[in-house]
Amino acid sequence: MAHFEKANSLEEWLDQRLAIKTLRRVLAEEYWIPKNINFLWAMGMVLAVTFGILLVSGIFLLMYYQPNVKLAFDSVNYTIMKEVEFGWLWRHMHAVAASVVFLIIYIHMFTGIYYGSYKKGRELIWISGMLLFVTFSAEAFSGYMLPWGQMSYWAGMVITNLFSLGSLELNGLVEWIRGDYVPGQAFLDRFFMLHVLLLPLVIMALIGLHFGTLRIPHVNNQDGEEIDFDAEAKKYLEGKKKESKVIRFANDFMSKDMFVVSIFLIFYFYLVFWHFDFAMDPINFDPADGLKTPPHIYPEWYFLWSYEILRPFPKDPGLVAFGFAQVIFFALPFLDKSPNVAPASRRGTFKYWFWLLLVDMIVLTVMGKLPPQGIYSTIGLVAAVVFIGLWVALPFITKNEKAV
Amino acid sequence: MKELKILGVVVFFTLLTYWGVEPYAHSVMHPHVESDGFKYDDLPALTKKGDAQRGAQTFLSAGCTGCHGVKAAGMPAPMDPNAAAASFGVNPPDLSNAGSVYDEKFLAALIKNPEHALMVEHKFSKMGRAYPMPAFYGVGGDKDQEVADIVAYLKSIAKKDVTPKEAYELACGRCHAMHYDNWTQIGEKPKFKHKKDELLFEAKVLEYQDHLTKYLGKLPPDLSMYIRSRGEHYLKTFMENPQNLLHGTAMPRVGVTAEAAEKVLEHMADVGDAKRHERTSVGVKVMIYLFIFAILAYLWKQSLWRELH
Ligand code: HEC
Ligand code: HEC
Ligand code: HEM
Repeated sequence: MAHFEKANSLEEWLDQRLAIKTLRRVLAEEYWIPKNINFLWAMGMVLAVTFGILLVSGIFLLMYYQPNVKLAFDSVNYTIMKEVEFGWLWRHMHAVAASVVFLIIYIHMFTGIYYGSYKKGRELIWISGMLLFVTFSAEAFSGYMLPWGQMSYWAGMVITNLFSLGSLELNGLVEWIRGDYVPGQAFLDRFFMLHVLLLPLVIMALIGLHFGTLRIPHVNNQDGEEIDFDAEAKKYLEGKKKESKVIRFANDFMSKDMFVVSIFLIFYFYLVFWHFDFAMDPINFDPADGLKTPPHIYPEWYFLWSYEILRPFPKDPGLVAFGFAQVIFFALPFLDKSPNVAPASRRGTFKYWFWLLLVDMIVLTVMGKLPPQGIYSTIGLVAAVVFIGLWVALPFITKNEKAV
Repeated sequence: MKELKILGVVVFFTLLTYWGVEPYAHSVMHPHVESDGFKYDDLPALTKKGDAQRGAQTFLSAGCTGCHGVKAAGMPAPMDPNAAAASFGVNPPDLSNAGSVYDEKFLAALIKNPEHALMVEHKFSKMGRAYPMPAFYGVGGDKDQEVADIVAYLKSIAKKDVTPKEAYELACGRCHAMHYDNWTQIGEKPKFKHKKDELLFEAKVLEYQDHLTKYLGKLPPDLSMYIRSRGEHYLKTFMENPQNLLHGTAMPRVGVTAEAAEKVLEHMADVGDAKRHERTSVGVKVMIYLFIFAILAYLWKQSLWRELH
């Protein structure tokens, strides 16, 4: 057995047993961050905070939610919204955070694409991030089933139908996923399990992995400059803070993170109290009714772009295109053939690729919500083809990129 | 400053996306219908000035009380809701507050030709069905005068300030349940001591709903959450003229005044969005807290970064 001295403070006592001083040094004080970064690098912290909000508000909702097709709607809309003190607040916080988290995820992703933060040692950061994106998507979809409203039911119907894989007609697979011919009790129960247990566990594990993948390559910076972290850290520790190109994560960068988080929270709580409809679709306040198809069925806004890649094509090619859209972002580090780690603005043709992709995805998002008629289907089709074309073109564009 | 420029770009694309999927998409999916302020311009204005005292007499001779109760004048309903629904398909409402909930032009038009005022001819005379409430053919004098008198009488007995709940019960309650408020089409569901009494009551509700379904072709929906699922604007314009939004629907134009419509909406909000006042007051406090938090966070950052730059 190891030898223990009497401790003179709680900190010392814990340090003897948990090495908290070392932990703090390694994880925070001497976790070095480049000085040359802007507020977009705080989006990760904003995401962590938002996930915390989802977790805490979710736990409160869970205390009153009933995963039963006869009771679910009323347990949310009556018990939680009317009976339970501040139940409405937890619900609005949960629903708005679930929507806003995707806005931040998209900003976070496009920041990564813009600054080339997915290559030269950062491939795993990107891949673990994409795994988080996919799991968050599954988490949001499963959560959307829970209030058992009209959109829960019909979106559940439409999305699970995709697994019949078009002309393969794998109806058995669809029934296996649903646990029934149509969404019903078995369906609600399993999505409840996924939403409150399995997927949150996976998300937490993935967040750990994501942080782990950051450790060795460190975060990128505004110029994509390669920094000698040991040398710069030494300067900092010698007191040449102004000269050093790095700062401590805590408290240097954290203080900036916190300021960005506070601005984010002002925006988020404004939405929670005064502008929540965009995150809580009115149609979902009608109870699920398997006999009454709503005139417009559409997913939440953050799935619209991929939905619109599915819709304008005939059934089978549509599914292939949809599958392509789901996985192609994973391949970004390998499709970008240029060795340059630099902001898109300095990367020649890639600059246009970046802005086109962004605008194209916004166009897809808007068309995904609009009814697929007339000019909207045409625009949707063109945007979907452009999306695929952009990805096919990426290796060719980047191959001959001049070194910067 | 560079960071502000970046923020500007982020905000621009966020707002652009928001505009596309919310205001723009909704304007395409749900053509906008404006309210006419419950003026009922298609109905003729009253040409005669009514006299409430004469109206009391005319009202009795017109036979309205054969079907409607008027509790305010000491006249209970002639039948219980279920018996009434068995004869008419629906329970004729108590008219005590009709004078303040319904528009006077509408009331006059209703008395002369109920189907027309309610805009349900497509479901009745045009389909060869008789409307359960008969048109008033006059009691021997000038019909316009008689109608004006009845309207004046109804206005004279009505409470001036009906509560939101009373407005809902009179205007919508016979067709639409609202179970988050314990409301059934045959009235408020009481608290029962014995399970048996409760089951008997529920059986009555189901029986009433059967008649109603037969009468209207479908059971009118429970309106508990409609303030959230349809929103105020839709409900208001729908109430004013259901045919504008659901062409061919069996839901009648109920003919409420603008004021009564506000009350109906308020009741629906009290039931379906009960915490809206609390939401605003808590929201203001949270905002104040966050502004202070942001200022402190900024000062903290400045104090640390002074040494770094
Ligand atoms: C034969 C029975 C009968 C008689 C007589 C009758 N009503 Fe009605 N009345 C009804 C029924 C049934 C309804 C409900 C119809 C519905 O909801 O579809 C009704 C509805 C009404 C309404 C509510 C309309 C609305 O906008 O929702 C008013 C007001 C009214 N009657 C006034 C009168 C007056 C005034 C008279 C006398 C001139 C009268 N009724 C005579 C059966 C009758
Ligand atoms: C005579 C019975 C009757 C009365 C009185 C009545 N309704 Fe209805 N209402 C219906 C029926 C029937 C439907 C179903 C219409 C359909 O789906 O075609 C309906 C449907 C509705 C809907 C759903 C519309 C939609 O978009 O699906 C709303 C909202 C509504 N009514 C509100 C009201 C309000 C508010 C009142 C009182 C001011 C009221 N109704 C009074 C019969 C009635
Ligand atoms: C582990 C933490 C979580 C728990 C315990 C939890 C729990 C719940 C519960 C009980 C509900 C049903 C009540 C309601 O609909 O308001 C719900 C709804 C929902 N959840 Fe979660 N949740 C968690 C995390 C998340 C995350 C990470 C997301 C998305 C990224 C998410 C998205 C949603 C959505 C979209 C709804 C539907 C909201 C609505 O319609 O009101 N949840 N959640």
